[in-house]
Amino acid sequence: MSSFEVALIAGMALITFGIRYVLFAAGHRVRFSPLVSQALGYVPVAVLTAIIVPAMVMPDGQRWQLSLDNAYLIGGLIAILIAARWRNLLATIGGGMLAFFLWRWLAQGLF
Amino acid sequence: MSARFQAALHGARDTIPMLVGALPFGIIFGTLAVASGLSLGATLAMSLLVFAGSAQFIAVSLVASGAGLAVILLTTFIVNLRHMLYSASLLPFVRHLPQRWRVPLAFWLTDESYAVVQHHYHDAQTPMTHKHWYFLGSCLAMYSNWFACTLTGALLGHALPGMAGWGLDFAMVATFIGIVVPMLRTRPMLVAALVAAVVALVAHPLPYKLGLMLAALLGVAAGVVAERLNARERLEVADEQL
Repeated sequence: MSSFEVALIAGMALITFGIRYVLFAAGHRVRFSPLVSQALGYVPVAVLTAIIVPAMVMPDGQRWQLSLDNAYLIGGLIAILIAARWRNLLATIGGGMLAFFLWRWLAQGLF
Repeated sequence: MSARFQAALHGARDTIPMLVGALPFGIIFGTLAVASGLSLGATLAMSLLVFAGSAQFIAVSLVASGAGLAVILLTTFIVNLRHMLYSASLLPFVRHLPQRWRVPLAFWLTDESYAVVQHHYHDAQTPMTHKHWYFLGSCLAMYSNWFACTLTGALLGHALPGMAGWGLDFAMVATFIGIVVPMLRTRPMLVAALVAAVVALVAHPLPYKLGLMLAALLGVAAGVVAERLNARERLEVADEQL
């Protein structure tokens, strides 16, 4: 490993662990107000949605692609429908991936 | 079989759908890391020591684009800040544990294990005694799966250099959709998701992925406000009925 790689991995490891551990380390010394406790309930939905939606709308990370040949958008919408209808994680992943690859294959011929 | 081991096994079993979703994501990380010029040793060390999928992904794409160490570390910090929100939400359930438990559970805290474990902690049907073993089981399943996928991807990356373009990263999108959509059962949850989505899109051009953190914070705030308005509305309806 080069010295850049060692510094990169050591730095990323320390930062990531620090973020994950700081509150666990404090333990009983940290108490949350009712407002904070209420807010924490919205964390998973808010964070994951903020990751999902840009990945669907801008798959290249640069520009909006609100078009039918964007398989990330169509596959994502189909996955949302599956998840809303059946509430089953494996079905959502399997069905979503299938829709994504089929759509990309079709879109290559059509658009 | 002891109750502890059973709880750990239960945690690992409930994490299986997440493993399926992380599988292509881990493989593509391995291929991308090798393609971006990282050595095999560094690629594996990153998955073993950092263990944060999206930050690792972004880091190797920054390495490929020639970014400096400081930029990559700052980006890692901001992208992973969401884990502090996760640890805050789990703190009430782990604060009674000794440090020898809290250190490894914090190290292994990921989006996927968080989703599985917080759901289990809020399930009143099962007794609290062994829930940290469930947490541990979920983490170990994610960790070993992530390492195996990284290794597979790094080896495949040498053999099939075009794999990065296959679109395997869509698996992460599908996994997160499968976690979020069933949670959107109340109006405040829907509001939180909508606000987070809009802000994430609008704020996307911000540097160092700051848009993600901004979207998360505003989404959470919107959910809280909507919940309070909802409660007040219900009170008023009740008043009118009296």
